[in-house]
Amino acid sequence: MSQFSDYAWMILDGTWVTVKITVVASVVAVIVALLTGVARTSKFFWIRLGPTLFVELFRGTSCYVQLFWAFFALPFIGISLTPFVASVLVLGANVGSYGSEVVRGAIAGVPRGQTEASVALNFTKLQRFRHVVFPQALVAMLPPAGNLFIDLLKLTPLTSLITMSDLTYNAMAVRQQTGSTFIALATILVGYFLMSSAIAWAIGRIERRASRGLETGPRAA
Amino acid sequence: MSDRQLAVEFRGVSKLYGALAVLKELSLSVPQGEKIALIGPSGSGKTTVLRILMTLETIQAGTVWVKGEPLWHMPKGDGLAPATETHLHAMRRHIGMVFQHFNLFPHMTVQENVARPPQIVLGVTSGEAEQRAQDLLRLVGLAQKGASYPAQLSGGQKQRVAIARALAMQPAIMLFDEPTSALDPELVEEVLAVLRDIALEGKTTMLLVTHEMSFAREISDRILFLDGGAIVEEGPPDQIFSDPKEERTRLFLKKIIAAGHRID
Ligand SMILES: Nc1ncnc2c1ncn2[C@@H]1O[C@H](COP(=O)(O)OP(=O)(O)OP(=O)(O)O)[C@@H](O)[C@H]1O
Ligand SMILES: [Mg+2]
Repeated sequence: MSQFSDYAWMILDGTWVTVKITVVASVVAVIVALLTGVARTSKFFWIRLGPTLFVELFRGTSCYVQLFWAFFALPFIGISLTPFVASVLVLGANVGSYGSEVVRGAIAGVPRGQTEASVALNFTKLQRFRHVVFPQALVAMLPPAGNLFIDLLKLTPLTSLITMSDLTYNAMAVRQQTGSTFIALATILVGYFLMSSAIAWAIGRIERRASRGLETGPRAA
Repeated sequence: MSDRQLAVEFRGVSKLYGALAVLKELSLSVPQGEKIALIGPSGSGKTTVLRILMTLETIQAGTVWVKGEPLWHMPKGDGLAPATETHLHAMRRHIGMVFQHFNLFPHMTVQENVARPPQIVLGVTSGEAEQRAQDLLRLVGLAQKGASYPAQLSGGQKQRVAIARALAMQPAIMLFDEPTSALDPELVEEVLAVLRDIALEGKTTMLLVTHEMSFAREISDRILFLDGGAIVEEGPPDQIFSDPKEERTRLFLKKIIAAGHRID
């Protein structure tokens, strides 16, 4: 019986690690996506350059390789990250780079008439973005963002390569120690399904709030 | 010196898109409080004149003056330097615009569309802005629609909200770019009625681009007929419509009548 509670603890512990990585990396991803996505709508080449290179780098190489670099190669240039920090930075930068395109596309998709109306009302550039462009772009960003958060969750098992004991890793350990393949795999299946459902539910709520007035066709008015 | 009384002046303004000259050394002047109607065939540059005034398009030659100050330039030494964003921001407070396709903010209620801009831009308190918005919505006959979103309104209602939104900023100069041409015919009159009120009130300088010739005739002090990026003829409405001097004006009006529109 004490054996069983040990295993249950391992599963819970792994779940908690997975949740922590997902939440913190999602925050990093949002920051990366917003900063690079907005910067890439600039008309100035020099403002676009850095963010574009960053995004292309993270989209052009695999998350697996990026984790190895962050954890095993960076110490050679004097940057030592804990496994947790390396995990959230890499997953955040990786998913954020895909999110960057979502942000850029959503901002570019706000009709030009909206910006022109806010120029005519004498909004400053910042006011145009904050009060007119961003609230409308957000509505277009949320559904793809929800998918990206779920993608991020599904990437978390990779972090076991740099010694994180996440849900998948711990469930596999339980499987080895008990020999019960079915229970371990069922646990993982249910665990990730519940977590991704929670993400979908949360995004759905935010979406309903953000899209007031826009339900009957976001581009209608 | 006479600049003082002019709300708007174009001096030899040229606008180019690549090699295409859309305005050709165009000059015009509008005294404060005057109601001007710009008419002319499609592509003649009417919208461009308004968009330049609203700082939505740059100019390639000439100068534009608003209330005696250069719009696209700033005094520098003896001459003029290109305007900075700060200068444009300062100049825009004189001008408001109503667009053909309304461009209401779809994520804001009708009330917010009218009340929020003065709060954001002019720093008006929310109590005052809400009160003014209600007054303006009453003026355009939409006092009951404050809580609706633009998507829930008819075209005519949308345009009336857009007019209220522009008025809320209290601009001295109002630009209207074909405010009724995106509307179903039965909705045109409700918008014209609001425009008529603004024109009658008198203080506001109005530049109206329209294909509603009888309305232009009714409310404007002067008609400008544009063709090919230049003013071909200008004058009091009665003279332009009953006794046009230029062949091109005559031809244009003939086509309008042939298309079944009234000009009286
Ligand atoms: N962004 C642009 N790029 C290139 N050409 C343009 C652009 N905007 C306008 N034009 C051209 O400039 C000319 C004048 O356009 P403008 O919109 O001012 O005409 P208009 O008199 O308002 O016509 P309409 O009655 O059809 O609205 C047209 O030939 C048009 O094709
Ligand atoms: Mg036009």
